[in-house]
Amino acid sequence: MTDLESTPKEGTREIVLDVRTQDMEINMGPQHPSTHGVLRVVITADGEIITSARPYVGYIHRCAEKIAECVTYDQFVPYTDRYDYLAAMNNNLGYCLAVEKAAELEVPPRATWIRMICAELNRIGSHLIAFGTYGLDLGAFTPFLYGFREREWMMSLFEKICGARLTYSFMFPGGLANDAPEGWFDEVLRFCDVFDRKWREYDALLTRNKIFIERTRDVGVIPAEMAKAYGLTGPCLRGSGVRFDLRESAPYLFYDRVSFDVPVGQGEMGTVGDCWDRYFVRMAEMLQSTRIIRQCVELCLAETTPGEVMAKKPKTLKIPPTEVYVGVENPRGELGHYLVTDGKDKAFRLKIRGPSFCNLSIIPAILPGTMIADAVAIIGSIDIVLGEVDR
Amino acid sequence: MELETIAERLGDAVLEIVTEGTKDPFLVVEASRIREVMALCRDDSSLAFDLLVSITGADYPPREVKKKAKKGEPAPESEVVPGRFELVYHLLSTKTGGRLVLKVRLPHEDAPSCDSISEVHPAAEWHEREAFDLLGIRFFGHPDLRRILCCEDWVGHPLRKDYVFPKEFHGISAE
Amino acid sequence: MISALPPAAAIFLAQGTGGESRSLFRDLFGAGSGWGSFASAVLGFAVVFAVASALPVLFTWAERRVSGRMQQRRGPNRVGPFGLVQAVADGVKLMFKEDIIPANAERFLFALAPGLVLAGMIAAFALIPFSERAIVVDAPLGVYLLAALLSLQVLGVVMAGWASNNKWSLLGAMREAAQMVSYEIPMGICLLIGVLSFSTLSLREMSLAQADGWLNVGNWLIFRNPLFAFPAFVVLYVALLANTKRAPFDLPEAESELVSGFHTEYSGIRFSFFFLEEYASMFLVSALAVCMFLGGWNIPFLPGSVVTGSVGAEILAALVLIVKSFALVFVMIWLRWTLPRIRIDQVMNLCYKYLTPIAFVCLIGTCWWELR
Repeated sequence: MTDLESTPKEGTREIVLDVRTQDMEINMGPQHPSTHGVLRVVITADGEIITSARPYVGYIHRCAEKIAECVTYDQFVPYTDRYDYLAAMNNNLGYCLAVEKAAELEVPPRATWIRMICAELNRIGSHLIAFGTYGLDLGAFTPFLYGFREREWMMSLFEKICGARLTYSFMFPGGLANDAPEGWFDEVLRFCDVFDRKWREYDALLTRNKIFIERTRDVGVIPAEMAKAYGLTGPCLRGSGVRFDLRESAPYLFYDRVSFDVPVGQGEMGTVGDCWDRYFVRMAEMLQSTRIIRQCVELCLAETTPGEVMAKKPKTLKIPPTEVYVGVENPRGELGHYLVTDGKDKAFRLKIRGPSFCNLSIIPAILPGTMIADAVAIIGSIDIVLGEVDR
Repeated sequence: MELETIAERLGDAVLEIVTEGTKDPFLVVEASRIREVMALCRDDSSLAFDLLVSITGADYPPREVKKKAKKGEPAPESEVVPGRFELVYHLLSTKTGGRLVLKVRLPHEDAPSCDSISEVHPAAEWHEREAFDLLGIRFFGHPDLRRILCCEDWVGHPLRKDYVFPKEFHGISAE
Repeated sequence: MISALPPAAAIFLAQGTGGESRSLFRDLFGAGSGWGSFASAVLGFAVVFAVASALPVLFTWAERRVSGRMQQRRGPNRVGPFGLVQAVADGVKLMFKEDIIPANAERFLFALAPGLVLAGMIAAFALIPFSERAIVVDAPLGVYLLAALLSLQVLGVVMAGWASNNKWSLLGAMREAAQMVSYEIPMGICLLIGVLSFSTLSLREMSLAQADGWLNVGNWLIFRNPLFAFPAFVVLYVALLANTKRAPFDLPEAESELVSGFHTEYSGIRFSFFFLEEYASMFLVSALAVCMFLGGWNIPFLPGSVVTGSVGAEILAALVLIVKSFALVFVMIWLRWTLPRIRIDQVMNLCYKYLTPIAFVCLIGTCWWELR
């Protein structure tokens, strides 16, 4: 503080500022359009510049882990839909793989192929939301509806195979609830062809838009080392230039039998690991997903016949004492299930490692120094689903 | 990489190599040296487990605790026995794709507690807060150990096996 | 009815400074006499109010239909033919909604702000020459007065942001203040180019000066002085976008960043004032640009002398002006549903590093062009 009483020295001029400034503390959320749910970030801002950010989560905490200890293995499947509700198929898959590994269930190959197709379709759907809402965060409304146009078709594909549009509960430990209906695979292939064309529209409309690039390049840069230190996975980690994808480095299902690329951030527009890189990794992944789906459909139709999609298992699954950890590549990163069993029909302990939870923890580290408008861009580029953060 | 080789690299901090009764063999590490082990796992070029995937707690209550829990009485903190709580660390190497599972059986003085590894892996900060919130495990040296998922005035730690479900919360009946 | 007073006052004031100018209403009531002047002011106000309220209604409908088309959905199509009456239905709904004033708001300023914003905008409508005679006030200082009325809204917005006692609103108001004050520089310079070219501050005389020429478009400022006036027109258009808080310059309300910016706390009829103001100002600034750069009411390919004089010609001319302005409004809508939002520092960069220098170059160039 400048002492207002002190008299300036002879021959010098002193500028006395009679202005007291104070950082402004703003609550961003839990009801804010750009926090993608009920995330609350308490921002301290000096004008528009953020000096600190503290996220508060847990507003929709349901303690899914406790629920898992109270219901049987099959009964828990619907709860898995609800943590990352934009990628319910992938959640189903992660949970089922963990239970199957613990119970040593043999899944029929047809079920595995359909699982892969569903997982990749859901990845596209989830990335479409990420794409659309990211445009929305930056003030472009139209890409959102373009994204929803294709997502609508994807959801109707799921509706045809399992009857649900958001919370599918389609995969169960041991396989699938049912086989794909007639003509489903053809429609999936048609979807892939149309999607690849539509993808170019997104590219022209948002990805290569000058304003969009200016808003996202060199913003929210996460260097590779920092990304690893904060346990980032999925597109956030790959956006920082780390080539790591569980589908490639530790293949599960039949991912080792299909060929695909793992897009990584290259700093095409600015620095490696900026918002644009993270965004573009997602965009590029969608094309890889259609590529995977095409191969899956081809191999599935060539190698399997309709019918068997469920392993032989007792009506009530009881798993002898063991413990497993299975991580799968969700659209947002590694979804891990750590399952401890004790011979009963219920899990002794189930830990769900949600990628959004870990990805979000980097927020306090990268927000300070950016502007409020950037905060929105950064949170959007991390692409969180609060259902999974809070579980 | 073989678990034995990793154990060798980690030296005498490893108490036990467990391969039985689990699908993912793991190492049991001395609780007081977890920070050092974590740093070694990350920095040693032959290990290079540079990504902390998750920190999980698990509660293995002795029989008396379970019995009491059935009657709806949680065990007081002072009755919690040593070794009842375990911490499970899942590590991942982004270079090789290899995974490592480390376990710590928590000693017990006043409350189940362990050293925080948030200095080594900043990612641990939220995982440890979660373990504190849901299982009541304390972490020494944690910068900001608060509840993260439950609200601040929540009573008890839901994932403990002797957790008693609340009948009401701020006047809202849960019956 | 707070909003009714300033426009009436402004019109009255402008009439006082009217001098020798002609206007439909003056002709009707006869200039000079006190009562005639008063009656023409009242009637003028009524007409202005009607036009200024009807056009935004049309534009909200247009915006929703156009954006619907752009986004491959239908847009409003239930109320009235093609959903035309939807905006009226929405207006009625807003009117009957609860008017909430936050407990800790500065009540007087909170109530005043929307009225002030709308009033300035409605008053400005009086200055637009829809045709040679269909002009409420042909003030000799028309451009000057219009610029002044346009900048009145910054006052209202800052007032709203401050009085709401909401940090998001305040941030929106600060952005508005920074943005508006900055963009008035290139805007002012571009307006100066028009003034310089026609040696008049009256929008009516500017429009008159753009009549005739090759195909009746040759005298439009952007064609008469294509080297400098055309870039100036583009700069002006961008500056006007920023002035009306339209995307990509919608930072003061930035719904994804500042919740809803300066009007976060407003509801019901007061919110509708802000809403009306936005659409009214869209038309207003477009009409300003049209009058100055795009030949005002002059009909392309149809020499003015053919249709001058009759009432039908006046109506046709007014329609032409509205159509031309609507073309510019359409571009605004188009931009809004295409572009992401710019960040505040980029907004400032654009203004001071690009628009202002370009505007200055155009100004100097125009000087040379006119002296040549």
